[in-house]
Amino acid sequence: MTRIGVVVFPGSNCEFDAAHAVEELGATAEFIFHTSTSLGDADGVILPGGFAHGDYLRPGALARFSPVMTAVAAFAAAGGPVLGICNGFQVLTEAGLLPGALQKNRGLTFLCQSTTLVVSSTHSVLTSASRVGTELVVPINHFSGAYTCDDDVYASLVGHDQIVLRYRDNPNGSRDDIAGVANERGNVVGLMPHPERAMSTLLGSADGRVLLESFVGARAMAH
Amino acid sequence: MSRFEGRAPAISFIGVSSPLETLHRSLGLTDSELDDIRRVLSREPNPLELALYGVMWSEHCSYKSSRLHLRRLPSTGDHVLVGPGEGAGVIDAGDGIGVAIRIESHNHPSAIEPYQGAATGVGGILRDVFSMGARPLAVMDPLFFGELDDARTRWLVEGVVSGISGYGNSVGVPTIGGELTFDECYSANPLVNVLAVGALPTDRLALGVASGIGNFAVLLGSSTGRDGIGGVSVLASAGFSGDDGAASIDDAKRPSVQVGDPYEEKRLIEACLELLDRGYVVGIQDLGGAGLVCATSETAAKGRVGMDVDVTAVPQRERGMQPFEIMTSESQERMLAIITPENFDAVAAVCDKWEVRASVVGHVVEPTLLADGSRVAMLRVRNGFDGEVLAEVPASSLADDAPLYDRPRQRPADLDVVLADDPTTDEPVGDAAADLLDLLMSPEWVYRQYDSQLFLNTVVGPGRDAALLRLAGPGLPSSERGIALSTDSNPRWCALDPRDGTAMTVAEGVANLACVGATAKAVVNCLNFGNPEHPEVMWQLSESVDGMATACRGLGLPVIGGNVSLYNESGGRDIDPTPVVGLLGVVESLVATPPGWNWREGDAVVLVGHREAAGAQPFPLAGSRWATKRGRRGGQLAAFDVARLISTFRFVSGEVAAICAGATSDVTAVHDVSGGGLATAIAEMASATGLGVHVAKLEGHGELFAEFPGRFIVATSHTEAFVARALAAGVPVTILGTVGGKTVHLGELVSVTVADISARRAGALEEALLLA
Repeated sequence: MTRIGVVVFPGSNCEFDAAHAVEELGATAEFIFHTSTSLGDADGVILPGGFAHGDYLRPGALARFSPVMTAVAAFAAAGGPVLGICNGFQVLTEAGLLPGALQKNRGLTFLCQSTTLVVSSTHSVLTSASRVGTELVVPINHFSGAYTCDDDVYASLVGHDQIVLRYRDNPNGSRDDIAGVANERGNVVGLMPHPERAMSTLLGSADGRVLLESFVGARAMAH
Repeated sequence: MSRFEGRAPAISFIGVSSPLETLHRSLGLTDSELDDIRRVLSREPNPLELALYGVMWSEHCSYKSSRLHLRRLPSTGDHVLVGPGEGAGVIDAGDGIGVAIRIESHNHPSAIEPYQGAATGVGGILRDVFSMGARPLAVMDPLFFGELDDARTRWLVEGVVSGISGYGNSVGVPTIGGELTFDECYSANPLVNVLAVGALPTDRLALGVASGIGNFAVLLGSSTGRDGIGGVSVLASAGFSGDDGAASIDDAKRPSVQVGDPYEEKRLIEACLELLDRGYVVGIQDLGGAGLVCATSETAAKGRVGMDVDVTAVPQRERGMQPFEIMTSESQERMLAIITPENFDAVAAVCDKWEVRASVVGHVVEPTLLADGSRVAMLRVRNGFDGEVLAEVPASSLADDAPLYDRPRQRPADLDVVLADDPTTDEPVGDAAADLLDLLMSPEWVYRQYDSQLFLNTVVGPGRDAALLRLAGPGLPSSERGIALSTDSNPRWCALDPRDGTAMTVAEGVANLACVGATAKAVVNCLNFGNPEHPEVMWQLSESVDGMATACRGLGLPVIGGNVSLYNESGGRDIDPTPVVGLLGVVESLVATPPGWNWREGDAVVLVGHREAAGAQPFPLAGSRWATKRGRRGGQLAAFDVARLISTFRFVSGEVAAICAGATSDVTAVHDVSGGGLATAIAEMASATGLGVHVAKLEGHGELFAEFPGRFIVATSHTEAFVARALAAGVPVTILGTVGGKTVHLGELVSVTVADISARRAGALEEALLLA
């Protein structure tokens, strides 16, 4: 059975939801506290949403220094599947595991709302089970979710097919409607929307399943 | 007692030094209350003791003006696990799960510093809930402001909403609903009420009781600073003095507003729940209003044990804090846990993990043997556990023995004139369609700033009749049930008739729950009123309590908690009586979504419930939003007739509950008719779906805009079957019309496109806030 490690920083708050979602897909979830220097025998790692270390300084800026991040970086370098959702995405950019940065939303308010995502690349552990052009209804829930990067990084993202998800109707001012990006190898992915909140029509959408199924099914990518 | 002699005679309070003879007054105590204290102690109190009584006997902490009346509310039921008087009320929701609920106000702090006032309101209510052993699962915020044409009001709205958003989102508890009311009576004194709900495995239930001689009282969380000193007495238990809007807000009171840190609170929640799960906690209570003196005296009084508190053991945020400051500070994000000494190391380890400070600040001690042979549980404040005793008073005298006032009550002299000035018989003037558009305002700009989805429970979120959650959460037994929540108020009704207005407000809440298939199980209330020293305000409060008692008895609902906020006045003007009612309901099986407002082309639109109001007028406009918009604030409300409501509520909630349980149904949409009347309810449904409706005949503008509870708009795909079920249940129905097209036609009075309705609804709030 696939074992997914869910990293818990003080201030994380979506760790239970992320664990619940992967368990519903048949994986086991194990919480890994931020002071841990090892990921144990996890097959994949999720950095969940929330406000790690209170988002003090700026989102993710302190979390990148938590001991667990050294292990996450090593796991990613070895090709292990790593997924950052919302605050987890912010942490991955601050840690340099993903390019770009997340800045405050265009309207300068927090936004909790449904969005429609368009799959832009299947070259990632999150999107490999879906198809380019597929529309997915997945909610966002953030204050600092506007993806930004310089022109060189942007050209490289496009060149290496690293933009994996875009907003159909850009809610927050992200550059080129970017909702999620991967690293070049596709084993590290971050996105601002919450696929774990879109697991059931009872809660409004089950479109997040195809993304998390893909992640749970992913295996470490060889060099 | 001689050992108190020679102490410094003056203490500095909110920057003012007072001589001892008048010190009690600057602490908010009256001369007669000082005499009461002398009687309790059989001696003169010292300044520190006076400061303890000052906060504990404040209106905010002691309910001294309202307690007499609150006793008339029903508070028991087979399913009530904890009634009023603890951090939160708790009901048994089934499947081994208890649901804790509590509502509070943070009105005066929010009037002065809207962001921190609202933020700390959220933080405070969450501590009430997790102090019961419950994981907080949802927050709701009923908000009341002045009219938005005032710049200061717009600043308050943005500040309060961002405070709730900033704190609630970060602390990790979804905000799933609330209310938004604008009326000039709140312009200098906005109301910020906060309701929180949590759930617990029933065997984790914790109480704020100290026991076990030798046990430790451990202060968890933040260090103690000078913030919020006198918050309950100087700030919450007095009105605002000035009379000219912005200048009326006393800047001198700003230091009484606390500052919140949601990150500290989040870690405190996790640490406390882990301590409770591991069974390390004998008793636990939050530190809220009146700070450490409140938590120590209340836990000691409930356990009938003494408590020694060492002020030097309290971690302090700044140097040179005086004992009275340490004891009465309202610094946020603190809890007091009673633990056995053997468990201290284990407790410290859990707290270390969550980076939560834990300090032994108190010892549970034997009650003191007095000269007459009686034993009294004393709260002793000491300078070191073996050091000098700085204050020594019976714990229960602080916690339970505040004076009880039966303040004079008087029906307002001008009420008969107001009641006679009835808008119901006014000639209709102008364009009903324009009136309808003017009533529409979606609160979406507010609620999209709140995380409403965390914990994967939110089946129906903000902006609908009631919120509906799966009854699930970390550490809970599994359950198929759901819980429904609604907050309701109607100051327009209560200004005219606080008794029936309050009763109808309770009914309105039950109706909202019915729309999502829930059966109401319990009520909490937040009674926001003016200055209790005004006899008219006390009359309103007393009438309101009686109305609530009548409705709750009639509907079989216990009131399991509440809060009273008085002195909501500015410049000598009291707010309209604003009892806010929080309703908690249960859905037995929640596996499918309720129909919501999603009617479909060709559905029949049916009015369920009595078409006409009980009382003299079939379509009373008194207290309606329509009349208020026109400056018409008089008239007679519909009569409150609980008997004719019960069968309607039961029928509607049963129809929706069957859908939630997975049954197929011809019912496609359900919406309660409330503020803005029938026309507003229909317009909201049209806007939700983009589909219009054709209603052939209505009885004039009265039927469009009249407000009285007990009516629902239901859409059905099979009219005959639906009507037959309603009639079999003894519920009257009126077929109004048919869904279809892109226009809302209401008799001959209204014809307006759904596009215009939607645009107006979506844009009204941001336009009024000058953000669009």
